Formats: sequence, C-alpha cells, structure tokens
Amino acid sequence: MTREELQERIIAILVQDFEFKNPAPNDHLRDVHGFDSIDAIELLAKIEKMLGFALTREEKEQAMAIRTINDILDYIETMQRKRGLVKP
Amino acid sequence: MSRRVVITACSAISPIGYGKKDIVANLKAGISGVKPLKDDGLLAGRIHSKVFGTVDYPIAFDFARQFRKTMGPVANYACRVAGDVLAASGLDPDFISSGRLGVAFGSTHGSPTVQRDIYRTFFQQLDSGFSSIGAVDYLRSMVHTTAVNITRMFHITGRVIATATACTTGSQAIGFGYEAIKFGLQDAMICGAADEYDTTTVAVFDNLLACSVAFNKHPEQTPRPFDKKRDGLVVGEGAGAVLLEEYESAKRRGAPILAEVLGFACTNNGGDMILPNLDGITATLQLALANAGLSPEAVDFISAHATATKMGDIIEAQAIAKVYGQGRAPTPYVSGLKGYTGHTMGACGAIELIFTLYMMQEGFLAPTLNLDEIDPRCAMIRHTPACMDADTRVAAVQNFAFGGVNTCLLVRKGADAG
Repeated sequence: MTREELQERIIAILVQDFEFKNPAPNDHLRDVHGFDSIDAIELLAKIEKMLGFALTREEKEQAMAIRTINDILDYIETMQRKRGLVKP
Repeated sequence: MSRRVVITACSAISPIGYGKKDIVANLKAGISGVKPLKDDGLLAGRIHSKVFGTVDYPIAFDFARQFRKTMGPVANYACRVAGDVLAASGLDPDFISSGRLGVAFGSTHGSPTVQRDIYRTFFQQLDSGFSSIGAVDYLRSMVHTTAVNITRMFHITGRVIATATACTTGSQAIGFGYEAIKFGLQDAMICGAADEYDTTTVAVFDNLLACSVAFNKHPEQTPRPFDKKRDGLVVGEGAGAVLLEEYESAKRRGAPILAEVLGFACTNNGGDMILPNLDGITATLQLALANAGLSPEAVDFISAHATATKMGDIIEAQAIAKVYGQGRAPTPYVSGLKGYTGHTMGACGAIELIFTLYMMQEGFLAPTLNLDEIDPRCAMIRHTPACMDADTRVAAVQNFAFGGVNTCLLVRKGADAG
C-alpha cells in the first residue's frame, strides 16, 4: 500500500467512523476535529484490523504522541517496517 | 435545614408516546403500548412471554458524535428526556454548571445491548488476536452510564447519584434528588431513569414464571393489574426525567410549578429478595405520609406499582387498604399505569410520576387498563372505575423492587404548591 493509498483509507475511516469534516493531512486532530484519547484507542483497534497484526502495549502508548493525520501515516509505516512489511 | 422542593419540568419517552400530548391522548383513549416481542436472534425464541412494552415510534437522537460515542441506547433515552427538561426549564447556563445542579439518574443495569456485544466478542471469538472490546464499551454499558452522559452532555458539575435498584431505580432517583435539595446540598436536580429494549430482562422474569404468557396473541390485553385473569408482568422500555428545584428560587425565577414533592420514603424488607412483603410495603406508605406530614385522607390518587403478578398486586392492595382504609370515599382512587405501558423497569417510577403529573394537570384520571374483572382479593381498594374528570390535589406514586426495596413519593399539584 502506498502512502497515498494509506492516507485515503485512514481519511475514509476518520470521515465515516469519527465524523471528521474536510480532514487535511496536517490538521491538529484534537483542536480541529475534537479527536480525544478515547478516539485514539478506537482508531488503533481499527488500524490493527486494517493491518492484520496486533500492536503491543508499548506501541499503543507511542501512538498517544500522534497529533495529525500525517503522524498517523508515519506511525503506521513505522509499525509495518518493524515487522518487515514495507521496505525501509 | 428543610426546604420545599418543586417539580418545574418533566419529559417521558414511553410505550404510549413521547411527550405530554401523545401520552395524555393514549391514557384517555385506553391505548396500550404493549406489542409482540421482537426476534433478537438470541433469546426471544426461548422466552415463553411474547409481549413487550415497546417504544415503536421514531425519536431523534441527534446528538453530536463527541457525545454519542459514550452512549448506548439507554443513555440516548436518558439524555433525550434530560435535555427536554433542561430546555423547558430555561435555566441559566451559568447555574447549570455552577455545582448547585446535580443529577440523580439510573437504569436497571446500564446498557444490556452493549453488554451483549461485549459477550458476543468473547463467546464467538470475534477479532481473535485483537483488542476487540471498544475503548468506550464500558462507558456505554456501565450502570451509571445514564447519569454521567447527562452530566457530560449538559456540562453539569453538581453531585451525581446513580441509582440502580431495578424497579425502584427511577423513584429512588427522584426521592434522593428531593432529599438533596430539601437538605440544602443542591438547589436543583435532574432526576429520573431509563431502560432500553432488552430481552435479557424478559428472560429473567420469564424464568421466574413472573411474565405474562396467556395473551401472546393479544399483546394489548396484558398486563392486567388487579384483574382476575392477570398472569404476570410485561417488560417494557422507556425513560422519564423531572427537574426538581428549591421552591423559593423556582418561584423567584418564575418557573412553572407543576407539583411539589411533599414526601418520600424508601425501605427494605430486610429479608426475601423477591416475594412482596406486606409489612415492608405498609411501613413505606406510612413513612411517606409521615415524611410529608399528611394524613391518609389528604391523598386523592395512588399510582400503584401493580405489575400484574399474582401475589404482588394482592399484597399491594392489602397494604393500601391497611394505610388508607377500605371501601369508598374518602379513600384514594388507585390505578395501575403499567396496564398501558408494561413494566418499564428502572424507568417506571419516573414515567408513572410523570403520567400522574399529566393527569393532575389535565384534570382526569385514567383507570387501570385491562382491569375488566377485579380479583376479589384486590377488591378492597377504590379502583379508578373509568377514565373520568378528577381534581387530584395530592397523589402517591408507589414502586417496589427485587431485592426488597420499597419506595413511595407524595406530590401535590402545582396550583396548590404556592
């Protein structure tokens, strides 16, 4: 999956399940879209299903530093790289 | 400190309607809200009772996602009626968030729909390997989900009382809210209860042989409180909320005073968890009168708990007769309002109080629906004979629950409250 395809899927989730309106890659998730820590946990569960592997507790805690959609994409790519699923 | 407490707004979602207009019309027309039990693909096929007091009309739960995400069906009901009473109240937003407004609200067991989804995850091993229980599933299903979703949605910062005593959940919430204001701990309270459509509850009562099964083909003919042919309760759903305020401040701000809460009593039978207890119920009715400083003659109408179980109705009738006397006037008229709605579980105390307020306001009394032939063992009290004009000044709302909990609320019509 290219980064563009990944972005498309994440934005689709954010629009459909989290009711984001006109999300942009660098929007601050909390300030612009009211995305909170509970939403982050819900999103991580959806990311796990999308990627087909479970995240560790430590990896989930790292996700709490995410602030933008671009951060989400970086995070997912890092998790995939760790598992050798994408080229470094 | 002892202050007067008044009801200044109310709202109910019930099997016979949402809001005063529909509810009053259906009470006057003798319309039942009991419908065939819906197939839930799990329990319904094994339940003998095939009837349910159903909310089968659309309701707009148009809440923003930030609120919806922590709400199951029961919290939707609760926030809808709580929002209605706040909107009707015209209370200042500064007061709402001042800490002087609290919430006393409950449900029988949170959201069984959400709990069922959680169990499904376990037993069907869905999403194996992933953390498949949602981050908000607990917030949506926990037993105080109604109360705290209300505080969250409306920015209420006062005390929270989350009652959870089955069929006395709503009446306890109102009673404890009344006491919080009476004794100066809060100046206003949003009180009530909700319960959602749930076949688990039907299965529980069905298993105890307490549910109605003889009228499955004619749902509108059951439950039959106090009737010779009654064969058990009918589980239902719904919600009710009232806004209680300290009398002087309500009067100062020109709030419409629907009724004054005169007294409340709550007791436990101190023994059996299920069987109705004559001594416990009798003591509760007497304690409520003493709390209100009323003699039995002052009470014009009783909304009986009257679930239409074989023993429960008889014991309640005996208790009413012991406290209020037997026979004709001046004993109060008695109606079992569950004849219209079924047993709305935790919500019943709030819903039945609101129905009583509507009848007081509109100057009529609805009889017990489906009471065609009075059981001789329940005949010693003064049953409301038909839908009739009535100037009810003081009413009692009685509710009793599994676990041996008994409550009684006494209210006086608004026009007299000043």
